[in-house]
This record gives sequence, structure tokens and C-alpha cells, in this order.
Amino acid sequence: MIGQAIADGLLTGGILALGAIGYSLCAHMLKFANFAHAEMLTWGAYMALAVITFLPAGQPIGPFSFGWPLLVAIVVSCIGTGLIAIAADTLVFSRLRKRRANSLTLVFASFGIALILRNLVLFVWGADAHYYGQELQISLEVLPNIRMMPDQVLVLALTVALVVALHLFLKYSRIGVAMRSMAENPALSQVCGIDIAKVVRWTWMLSGALAAIAGVFAGLTVQIRPEMGFNMLLALFTAAILGGTGSLFGAVAGGLIVGLAESLSALVIPTGYKAAVPFGLLLIILYLRPQGLFSRSARV
Amino acid sequence: MIGFVSYLVFFLTVALILGIATLGLNLQWGGTGLFNAGIVGFYAIGAYTFAILTAPPRPELLGNFELPWIVGVVGAMAAAALAALITGLATVRLRGDYLAVATFGIAVTIQLVATNFEALTGGTMGIASIPNPFRGLFATPLANNFGYLAVIVVILAVAYVALERIARSPWGRVLKAIREDEVAAETLGKNTRSFRLQAFVIGSTLMGLAGALYASFIGFVSPFDFLPILTFQIWAMLIIGGSGNNRGAILGAVVVWGIWSVIGAAASKMLPVQLQIYGGAAQAMIIGLALVLVLLLRPRGLIGERPVTSRHAA
Repeated sequence: MIGQAIADGLLTGGILALGAIGYSLCAHMLKFANFAHAEMLTWGAYMALAVITFLPAGQPIGPFSFGWPLLVAIVVSCIGTGLIAIAADTLVFSRLRKRRANSLTLVFASFGIALILRNLVLFVWGADAHYYGQELQISLEVLPNIRMMPDQVLVLALTVALVVALHLFLKYSRIGVAMRSMAENPALSQVCGIDIAKVVRWTWMLSGALAAIAGVFAGLTVQIRPEMGFNMLLALFTAAILGGTGSLFGAVAGGLIVGLAESLSALVIPTGYKAAVPFGLLLIILYLRPQGLFSRSARV
Repeated sequence: MIGFVSYLVFFLTVALILGIATLGLNLQWGGTGLFNAGIVGFYAIGAYTFAILTAPPRPELLGNFELPWIVGVVGAMAAAALAALITGLATVRLRGDYLAVATFGIAVTIQLVATNFEALTGGTMGIASIPNPFRGLFATPLANNFGYLAVIVVILAVAYVALERIARSPWGRVLKAIREDEVAAETLGKNTRSFRLQAFVIGSTLMGLAGALYASFIGFVSPFDFLPILTFQIWAMLIIGGSGNNRGAILGAVVVWGIWSVIGAAASKMLPVQLQIYGGAAQAMIIGLALVLVLLLRPRGLIGERPVTSRHAA
């Protein structure tokens, strides 16, 4: 019972972690809480769905419920979601930054953008739940008394691989170094010849792509609904704050903690309150350690 | 004609109740620069507290104490203030976005409690027969609604006058100083955390009051009355009317609620049932677009804040 809850929690936590990394990256670089980030997850999931409906149906790969079309769809959806994020920045956020608007004005703008994006999904795809495929899967007994779908095992493995790849990218690539430099000190970075506009575009692209993957994974393991991102927003915020905004492994740990807490809570409180667990965690962390569990700086 | 008048009374009552919540938001955002992303949470706390305190008892519910109307209103305000204090205390030391996140969290949580804590809130069935001081007082429902509208107008006027006086008082000037430059205000020896917390709690109390008045007017509360869109609506009312101006907040409430109702009525008349959902989506998208466009093109809104110069200057 507890073992199964831990396995389920890790799965949700992995998906949350991907979403939280993207959010945290953006919040760290651009210094505002982006309420529209949740809609990037939703759009990622739906864009992949749109690609799949256009591609010929492929045979499922091995034990998984999907074939090669979903892999193509994930790539297209990552780029597409990144472009939506860049478009939102060009149309709204960058204009406000030019006006030297304070960070709360940006929060406010993201609030409005979230509402537009969420309802656009409703307009295009309707309110019903969608699925990537109709294949039924047989769950595997991965450990004694712990069963998981093959898709879920793959999602967990891919999440780990993505986090490692992202860590290497931020640490060693030129763009990664430029991003970290800009987060520390934008003015100094600019003096050193870093193209700020390009770094901002990369930030949005990465954050959008990660959100898209999280959205597809959520769609694959649960279902695709217009409010799927919005329902995860509080958990994403909590995961990012728990880990310490701007810390990659912090966001991963935060995601896993929130996922585990949600799924373990079902053992002691009625499942209807599961979605309130992140809020409890959020209040505790804000009262006790607002800089996050894994942040070195004490300033918030 | 009677139909139109009674609709107008109904419309104005709801619009002005929302106007009270918008005044609360204006104190938080317009006056102090605090971002409240969970207005609907405080509104719902007010409505449910009022319902639980005043509705007639039902064996399956824990609450429903059938207390006097005024006790319900005061209790609703106190409950909203308490919720604001909890979220405010957690975030008052931190950057503004943390308050935004925490208030968003309280709205989500209240929605869950309203849906799931059936013994207290009636779950999805809600709480019915919430009393209204005017129900059954006069001969016709129209006269009763007129009476209640008068009460709303009086409460709105009292809130307006109080907020105007507050804004001009030394207390209000500190709030404005915090909004413009928190470090400068702190340097002048003001305890900015305490001021921000006070403004946040008072603003949220007004939202709770609005929720209570709404519950008393409609006579029924359920989780479906308190959807996240309400937060966006009240934001649109403030931003379109003119952030920083109390008259703008009230004007915005009437204008935005008017536009919302007209689009909603048009959609439900013209669209077939299976397409109704698109009407709701269109309404929400217009609200979102309005928020972003006003922010980009006319940050002042319809009226906007009047520039104030010190009488000691020049």
C-alpha cells in the first residue's frame, strides 16, 4: 500500500519536477512569478495531440501504449510551446520590461495571458477529455506489490535523463553559461557582450519545451483536459519554492516532495483534499524557510 | 417594463456587491501594490461563513446556526480577515510574488473545502435558504429587492467614504509610499511590513463582506458560485475602471459586469445548447484580453489615479 503510493508519488513528482524546472528557470532569469506557465503544460499536451491526429497511426513500440507518432509529436510540441512562450514575451512581457514596469505588473500580465490561453484551448479542442491512444496496457510488477504501467516507467526514466541533460547544458554550453551569468547580474552580462535578448528567448524556449514535455507526460499517464495545467499550477509553484527558485536540482527535489506528499496524504486524509496538500506545504515553507530547502542565499 | 426594472435592480445589486470587493482590491493593489491572486477565496470565505452562521438548521449539517443577519455579516468579515492574516503573515517578509502565489493557493484550497467538507458546506449541494432581511418584508419581490439594493448602496457608500478618508490620512500616504518605493519608506522609519499586512487584511475583509452580501442576496451558496473566473473579473473591474481611484473601482465594477452580462445573455440566446461552452470561453477570453490590453495601452484605466502634490511643495 505504502510502496504503491510512493511509486505513484514519484511519477506525479517527476512530471511536476519538469514543470517546476521550467517555471523556476523563468522566475530566476526574469524575476517574476509566471502564472501562465501552467497553460504551457496544457498547450504542450494539446499540440502533441494535434500532431498525432495528423500523422498516420503507428504500431505501439514494445510494451508502450504509443508508437513513433508521439515521439514526433513531442518534438513538434516542444518547439511550438517554446514559440508560444516567446510570442507572449515579445507581445507583452518585453514591452512591459522596456517600460521598467515592476515585477508585479509582469505577474499581472501573466495572469491575463493565462486566462486567454486556457480558454483558447477550450475554444479549439472543447471541454472533453482526450487521450493519445486507445491501447490498453498491462501493468508490470516492478517491485513486489508495486505495479506500474510501462508508460509510467518510461516517463520516470525520461525525466531523470532530461534533468541530467539540462544540468550539463546549463553548466557547459555557451548559452547555459550566458543564462547563469544573466541571472546573477544582467547589466554586467551585457557589458561582457552577452546578447540579453537572445538569452531571454532561450530561457522561454527551454521553459516552454520542458512544460510541453511535462504536459505530454501528464496527458499520457492521466488524460488531456483544458484545465490540466491550471490544476497543477499550485503544485508547480510549491515545488519551485520548496526547492529554491533558480536551483535545478532543488526544483526536482521540490517536485518529488510535492508528488510524494500528495500521494501519501491519500493514506491519511480523504482524497478530495489531495489538491490542498501543496498549499499546506507552501505555508510551512514560507513560514520556516522561504528561500527554499536547497538555496544557498538567504535573500528572497 | 416591470421586467426590465426588476432586472436592472438585480443587475445593479450584483454589480455594486462586486464593487465592494473591487474597492478592497483597490486598497491592496491600487493603494499599496499588493497582488491578490485569490480574491474569489476571500469572497467565498465570506459567503460560506455568512451562510453557516445564518441559515436555518438542517440535521445533516454541522453549522446553520440561524443567527441574526448582522452577526453573519460581521462573522464573514472576521473569517476573511483571519484567512488574510494567515496568508499575509506567511509572505509579508518576502517579495510580492510570494503573496500572489499564497493567495492563489488559498483560493484553490477554499474551493476544495467547499466541495468536500460536506458536513459544513453541504458539498456540491450547497447551503440553501440563506436569510435576507427584506425577503417577505414587502408585498412584491421587486420592492424587497429595492430595499436590499438600498442597503448595498449604503454599505458601498460607507466603504467608499472610509477608504477615501484613509487614502488621504497619514496611514494612506505611507501605503502609497510603500507602493512607489518600499526602501525609501523603510528608510523614513516606517514599518512597511506591518503597513502592508494591515492593508492586505482590510482589503480582504471587504472581499469577505461582499461575499456575505452576495450570499444573502441570492439565498444559496455552492462551490459553483465561486469559480476562479471571479478573481479575474474583479481584477478587470479595477484595472478598467482605474487602479488607484475608488470611484474608478466602482465604475469599473458596473461597466465590466454590464459587458459580461450582455455577452452572456447574447451567447445564451443565440448559441445552441451544445455550443454554450464557447460562449463562456469567449467571455473569459475577452476579460483576459481586456486585462492585457489595458495594461499595455492605457494603464490608467477609465478614470485612473489623480496625481497628488504635497501642499508644502512649490
